[in-house]
Amino acid sequence: MRPGRVLFWLTLGVLTVIFVAPLLWMVVTSFKTNNDATAIPLSWLPHPFSGAAYSTVLTTDSATPVLRWFVNSVLAAVANAVLIIAVDAMAAYALARLRFRGRRLASATIIGTLFVPPFVFLIPNFLIVSRLGWLDSLWAIIIPSAGGAFGVFFLRQFFAALPVELEEAALLEGANQWQIFTRIVLPLARPALATLTVLSFLTNWNDFLWPLYVLYSAEHLTLPAGLGNLQNAATTNYPIAMAGAVVASVPVLILFVAAQRHVIQSVTHTGVKG
Amino acid sequence: MAVEARPARAVDAPAAGSGGTVRRHATFTPYLFLLPFGVLFVGFVVVPAGYGLWVSLHDYNYLLPGKPWTGLGNYLDLFTPDSRDSGDFWKSMLATGIFTVFSVPFLIVCPLGVALLLNRAVKGRGFFRAVFFAPYVLGVAVVGLLFRFVLDPNIGLVNNYLGHAVPWTTDLPWAWISLIGMTVWWTLGFNAVIYMAGLQDISPELYEAARVDGASRWDEFRNVTLPGLRPVLAFVTTITILASANMFGQSFLLTKGAPANETRTAIMYIAETGLVNNRQGMAAAMSYVLALILMAVSVLNLRLTQRREV
Repeated sequence: MRPGRVLFWLTLGVLTVIFVAPLLWMVVTSFKTNNDATAIPLSWLPHPFSGAAYSTVLTTDSATPVLRWFVNSVLAAVANAVLIIAVDAMAAYALARLRFRGRRLASATIIGTLFVPPFVFLIPNFLIVSRLGWLDSLWAIIIPSAGGAFGVFFLRQFFAALPVELEEAALLEGANQWQIFTRIVLPLARPALATLTVLSFLTNWNDFLWPLYVLYSAEHLTLPAGLGNLQNAATTNYPIAMAGAVVASVPVLILFVAAQRHVIQSVTHTGVKG
Repeated sequence: MAVEARPARAVDAPAAGSGGTVRRHATFTPYLFLLPFGVLFVGFVVVPAGYGLWVSLHDYNYLLPGKPWTGLGNYLDLFTPDSRDSGDFWKSMLATGIFTVFSVPFLIVCPLGVALLLNRAVKGRGFFRAVFFAPYVLGVAVVGLLFRFVLDPNIGLVNNYLGHAVPWTTDLPWAWISLIGMTVWWTLGFNAVIYMAGLQDISPELYEAARVDGASRWDEFRNVTLPGLRPVLAFVTTITILASANMFGQSFLLTKGAPANETRTAIMYIAETGLVNNRQGMAAAMSYVLALILMAVSVLNLRLTQRREV
């Protein structure tokens, strides 16, 4: 091997260690006892190998009901992604394909809000959600973020780029707009819909600030809000904290590996074309 | 039928813009398609934008019955030295500013290095891309919790290998170094993926031409790669500045604002004022001030990047 090639693989190797070691340390610690986790010198192998942290976090009546937070997170992220896909696809279809008074204004308003920093909506939305009686409920995690304009903008671009010939042919055969939308446009847009679904799920799953303040009782938290509280507990039990972190990481890592193409695409789409 | 449909489209096409429009539907059909999103959009985006402004003009506390009108009182307070909030607010704005100024260069350069490195890898490019991107999908809560542990002064992995009790989360400048390092570790993959897409778009012929001319790797980077990446660099710079200015989770989890609120960012202070102390009027005013400053920075950034292109 040429010296350049050696240096190249060495750099890549060091970087890989920097990126993998903390994650490995998280998994190792989650299988330690608290005494073992704080014992100096630190060890990369648990002595003894213990599942106690997991049995604590996975018991529903514990002070740290991670299993409950997990279920809440799944419910919220799935419902939010489904809602976003449904309402955004319909709106994007109208904006891309149908003609109506106010179309230009509607498009401009929707896209314009993408330039407003999200924290501007934090305080008023908190007040609106409290009036709706959604504080400390999963509705606050599922519904408000579905009003965001990104998905409509993203799908409208995709729909507008689809060839119109199929839709015209269907129209000639007497299909109505709803049939054209559900039977022709949606199937053609499957890659874009998959990308938006994955992106919406990940965003909701990882959202931290909003659930931290609108949810408060232990059994209503999502995983990030729960982990935030776990961290703030006066005495942090690291194996328990790491077990919680592992439970929060595994689903998204699986989703990432399974849908890597869509995740990467969502970044490059928003990145290069946004 | 076909004869009927075609001329109608031909007439409409110029007004319809790109992509064409499938006509022939009842007047109300488009509004039905828009309705579900419209309700959510108006309820949680349009109304809040105005409602927040209205709230910021009041001494608003959602737990108290009276919410007296103060006009620009909240804004004036923020710009009056020694008022109840101005000191803490501007300190938190300074923290956000420090974080943005010092994190953005690393968040632009490190991912570019990784993208260039991966672009050279023949084997395993996809694998390494996945490794470097993985932290990003974990979210700030997991990453913050993990780094709090890894950087723990007494039992943390980092100090264990350094053999020295560095106060990573409780003292300056260490707290800033930790926050920036953690943010680079967390989001490097995101920017790297955007760079990699940009690198793919640079024509290989340009590199061949440079090689024929006997250009060194450095010449190649300066004269082919950087100019080819210019629009991507401008975009990455813009979104990175905005992301850093929005920093909340890292400080909340890793330093809790320590030491002495030096690392408490503007968003953290707004959330505390509005959502913990329930002074929504003042918090809303703060968020509009921050938003205006960010918009000014964005316009400035846009001007600068455009000028560079000329």
